[in-house]
Amino acid sequence: MSESQQMNNPTSSPASSLGASSSASPGTSPGSVGLVKPQIAQIDKPLLLDCGRRLERYELVYETYGELNERADNAVLICHALSGDHHAAGRHHPEDRKPGWWDNAIGPGKPIDTDRFFVVSVNNLGGCKGSTGPLSENPETGRPYGPDFPILTVHDWVDSQHELMLQLGISRWAAVTGGSLGGMQVMQWAISYPEAIAHAVVIAAAPKLSAQNIAFNEVARQAIITDPDFHDGRYAEHGVIPRRGLMLARMLGHITYLSDDAMRAKFDRELRSGKLQYGFDVEFQVESYLRYQGRSFVDRFDANTYLLMTKALDYFDPAAEANDDLAAALAPATARFLVISFTSDWRFPPARSREIVRALLAGGKSVSYAEVKAHQGHDAFLMPIPYYHQVLRGYFDNIARRLTEEAGV
Amino acid sequence: MNRPDWDIVTGWIRKGARVLDLGCGDGALLRHLIAERDVYGVGMEVDDDQVARAVAADLNIVQADLDDGVRDWFCPQSFDYVVVSQTIQAIRHPERLIAEMLEIASEGIVTFPNMGYWQNRWQLGVQGMMPTTAALPNPWYNTPNIHLCTLRDFESLCEELGVEILDRAVVDQERRSSALLRALPHWFGEHAIYRIRKRAV
Repeated sequence: MSESQQMNNPTSSPASSLGASSSASPGTSPGSVGLVKPQIAQIDKPLLLDCGRRLERYELVYETYGELNERADNAVLICHALSGDHHAAGRHHPEDRKPGWWDNAIGPGKPIDTDRFFVVSVNNLGGCKGSTGPLSENPETGRPYGPDFPILTVHDWVDSQHELMLQLGISRWAAVTGGSLGGMQVMQWAISYPEAIAHAVVIAAAPKLSAQNIAFNEVARQAIITDPDFHDGRYAEHGVIPRRGLMLARMLGHITYLSDDAMRAKFDRELRSGKLQYGFDVEFQVESYLRYQGRSFVDRFDANTYLLMTKALDYFDPAAEANDDLAAALAPATARFLVISFTSDWRFPPARSREIVRALLAGGKSVSYAEVKAHQGHDAFLMPIPYYHQVLRGYFDNIARRLTEEAGV
Repeated sequence: MNRPDWDIVTGWIRKGARVLDLGCGDGALLRHLIAERDVYGVGMEVDDDQVARAVAADLNIVQADLDDGVRDWFCPQSFDYVVVSQTIQAIRHPERLIAEMLEIASEGIVTFPNMGYWQNRWQLGVQGMMPTTAALPNPWYNTPNIHLCTLRDFESLCEELGVEILDRAVVDQERRSSALLRALPHWFGEHAIYRIRKRAV
């Protein structure tokens, strides 16, 4: 099987974590939001960042699916994960091979039903898909920011998303939803802007990274930073990219997105050519897969952005400001929560989600928690697992019903 | 629709209370309590389908296995009542659950099918077979009910655990009480319903 064939095989592509979904339905099929066009919000209000620096102005690229209703109360914000972006659903061109990364959950009649909700999906600040980030021009130098782009936190992202919300004429999200790093943004929304979020859907997340999580991020960063083509982050000025480092970082990441079982089921010890070669070239299918994932990532992602995103993950720890008491950190939240975890996720295992749930229960919040049996590891949050989607659908149905009731009063 | 023990459970719960229902199934009792008593309710349930139904019913539901213990989930005395309705007989360690529930709330409400009900005694004692009744419909080889007990069994466990019984009621499958039930609860109560709390030391 060639690498590209592997990618076309739906059982081989789910590890496209935090990037693209594995669904293969065409953009115009029923249940799809169809063709979508990214939009750009120009935000002129300066953003004071946690690191102490300021962004005088910035752009956020985003997509929307569905219609904002008259009361402007049916908006749902989708927060993306480490290497995700604003393209969550539909296709940009009819010939696109894959739809957005969460197309299986967002669309007409899908769990996040665009017939009822106005879905907003934004590329985070510091990203490399159109929002202001390391690839953007630094107004002070006239050249791309590169490594000079300020280091961002989840808190900074939420502040910038709040500006986007206001620009869109929305005063409160019906729900903010995200998986992994996206789930952390959801928690931060509930803490930072309690009045602006009615429901918080936190999927496959953690209240903070463990030492092991940070360790993986550090290896990924070292792979990039020690690549001779990195040039202290000014690789663009040298006309190169730290290809090997970024590829290694992605390969490492991929291993943590999958479970042992999922890798066994997908590759086991299958050999590419059927017999051992006694060399260091690709022999096992899993090697071929990881190399393909690494290489294709290099073509679509910026190394400086990857570094920034991993730091945002490392820094996230809302309880730190409340004497390490997560319940106290979540005390301002008024949203109703839905927390979901996946049994084989060892990057952010169910135990981490239970910490969130316990803190919410301790604070007397409204919270539901579903622990989904899944063998796919962390990547499960991108999969259309029936029970997972059943829970999501039931929850969003309630949100829609509540909106109708509020409108009727 | 209502299960045999609901009316009595509802009668024991005061308006606006904080209620935790362990083994809540699809949350039907919680919904009933929310409607009748305006409670803040949280349910715990392990089964996927039941959890999905409870989420769809707009309840606070936590998916977890009671056999793993419940103490870690909740702060001490964070609820007014913990209800364990028709669940205790399916738990691996009922004694641990009873102790834990009374750490989470000041009062516990436990309901279970009475193994000492006359039909059970008849089927086992006279017919010589494990009973199957409306309250215990499963055959012995395929039943979630692994820890059946009688009123006397339950009361002696409470004694052992230092648990005080505040109230006891028995009903038949149709939720009826009667002079006969009240006179001979151990024989004619098909379901037992207890209100308990930790004995003051």
